[in-house]
Amino acid sequence: MKADPAAVATGVHFIDGNEACAEGAIAAGCRFAAGYPITPSTEVVEHIAKRFPKLGGVFIQMEDEIASSICFQGAIWGGMKAMTVTSGPGLSLMMEHVGLAAMTETPSVFVDVQRGGPSTGLPTLPGQQDVMQVRWGSHGDYEVIALAPNSPQECFDHIITAFNLAEQYRVPVFFMMDECIGHMLGKVRIPEANQIDVRERKFTERPPGQYLPYEIYSGDQPEMVRAGMGYRIHTTGLTHDARGYPEMNAQAQDKLIRRLCNKVLDHTEELTLCESDQIDGSDVTIIAYGITARVAAYAVEQARQQGLKVGQLRLITLWPFNDRLIRDVAQNTRSIIVAEMNLGQMVHEVRRAVGDKVPVHLIDSAGGAIIEPETILAKIKEVVS
Amino acid sequence: MSDAPTNSTPTNPVEKLLRMERIPHIWCPGCGVGTSVNCFARALDKTDIDYDNLHVVSGIGCTGRVAGYVNVDSFHTTHGRAIPFATGLAIARPEAKVVVYSGDGDLFAIGGNHLIHAARRNIDMTVICVNNFTYGMTGGQVTPTTPYSAKATTTPYGNFEDTFNLPNLVESCGAVYVARWTVYHVRKLIKSMTKALNTKGFSFIEVIAQCPTLYQRRNKLGDGVMALQYYKERSTVQNGAPTVDVGLDYQSDIIVGEFVDKPRPTFMDKYNTRMTEILGNKFVPYEGVK
Ligand SMILES: Cc1ncc(C[n+]2csc(CCOP(=O)(O)OP(=O)(O)O)c2C)c(N)n1
Repeated sequence: MKADPAAVATGVHFIDGNEACAEGAIAAGCRFAAGYPITPSTEVVEHIAKRFPKLGGVFIQMEDEIASSICFQGAIWGGMKAMTVTSGPGLSLMMEHVGLAAMTETPSVFVDVQRGGPSTGLPTLPGQQDVMQVRWGSHGDYEVIALAPNSPQECFDHIITAFNLAEQYRVPVFFMMDECIGHMLGKVRIPEANQIDVRERKFTERPPGQYLPYEIYSGDQPEMVRAGMGYRIHTTGLTHDARGYPEMNAQAQDKLIRRLCNKVLDHTEELTLCESDQIDGSDVTIIAYGITARVAAYAVEQARQQGLKVGQLRLITLWPFNDRLIRDVAQNTRSIIVAEMNLGQMVHEVRRAVGDKVPVHLIDSAGGAIIEPETILAKIKEVVS
Repeated sequence: MSDAPTNSTPTNPVEKLLRMERIPHIWCPGCGVGTSVNCFARALDKTDIDYDNLHVVSGIGCTGRVAGYVNVDSFHTTHGRAIPFATGLAIARPEAKVVVYSGDGDLFAIGGNHLIHAARRNIDMTVICVNNFTYGMTGGQVTPTTPYSAKATTTPYGNFEDTFNLPNLVESCGAVYVARWTVYHVRKLIKSMTKALNTKGFSFIEVIAQCPTLYQRRNKLGDGVMALQYYKERSTVQNGAPTVDVGLDYQSDIIVGEFVDKPRPTFMDKYNTRMTEILGNKFVPYEGVK
């Protein structure tokens, strides 16, 4: 399917990441959003609130993020494409419903414009401290998909990816922006609608009576329906069988939870979006994501001008984490620096994947200001010397 | 279960609504939740609602299990959050009737904030609250409806907090239809449920029901039959009673009836009106998923 030409704001715009994210969601077919204001994410829903009434969409400002994060799931089961948008404290409130979306296999998009935490922390300043929370924040074992854009253009492009992946995998998909990317103004080229691939929700073709909402008929995904199609489905956050009925015992749990995890993990390669540059034969490779990767690119350029052999890997897909990708980097470089705006989150994943093959260094930050290119350059020099 | 004839036409209205393959249910002998479901099935039968366009949403609790037994599109959500889920569903499905069926703790303790806002917004849904004065599912703790002095596991010396008067609270927040019955009043409850189901906007029914296993037993109030006897002897029907006067005390008289019936535009009515006024022909109303 292609995007709806009546909705897509085709053209070249000078807008910030938050607005680009809103426009991308619209292009992806999102017509319902529930949210609660929170800096630095609010502009996303403000823009949505302005645009939706002209597009047959509905935005509702809920009473809190707990409500927002389940209200949009109600709309999804009603057949709409929908999202919720938040930042740190709101994300914390949403955690129970991340688990619900994982358990009920609801194709849901959570936009998280990250700020410094914990608690109220730094409302107006950036951080990358939610990376582990989106992965582990809800109780129990589950898998999610998380993408980190690094420019307003990518906010547009990859929120569409996020919606498409949500439909394909039926999992919570996190769109991990940060204050810098959200408020960064930049040129955003919005293509013609017929250039934008949109994945429609695929409803079952089986007739009622020959369909179970959580049966695997082919592949590793159940087939979806929406309320009102005559299938009389039941969904529950309880451990359930193929009918969606509660079945609470260790065997049913094992079967369901492994399937929910594996339907993501088994597709890690297809889900991996990244950019790598001059890693082979480098003395050091920088691994970063989001705004930090953007800064790192500048530092890497400086280092290369000074004759240093520096590679770069920018992760766009944060979850599922691709161990193979990181091991390949470790094969071809002499050392790794992970730079991230937290006190060390993804570095644990990198270290786990690399083992003791090459040393893995960390440039950390408690958040509040982007990591300066000089800091990265200095670390590169320190590591290669 | 599986050897039940599949080609027979069910004549029992309750059977028509239930997922018969899930019976027996989890409710204790003498519990009032099942009676309320029986009334709900009969009420539905008296409406023109197409079962394919009826959606039942529950939170978590004994009453929260209702969604699992009704043979319609049904959603068992999280504790306290049935209403916000139903809000999204009701907006997405303007042609559907959305019913929230849950317990007093689910709707008024953990879910209280959502309830007052859905009533304020006049979201098009019917909320059925089974008030058993306790947290059934978790073993009999105190709730915002446990009367003064009643014992619960977390108020072993008797409850000392004040309670919510549910009809009054819901009316204050803007509900268009408010009623209260006990599970003794099955005919009147059916009538009220029928009315609520046929009402546009946020309608609310409090169903007072016994929990013999926890509330009755801990307070030495006898079994389910004794509870029904109390409901019979101490209830007075006062349709139109001011809701401020219908608060409940421990084993007090119970005022039941239809208290509020005053329609007003729903959330989507107001959305459409406002956007049409301001945006004119630039407004594209949401008309349901095609
Ligand atoms: C977030 C969360 N907190 C607590 C619980 C545990 N819990 C399950 S049901 C319930 C209370 C149910 O009481 P009520 O809503 O009155 O319904 P009843 O069981 O009496 O019908 C509680 C506290 C939960 N499931 N989720």
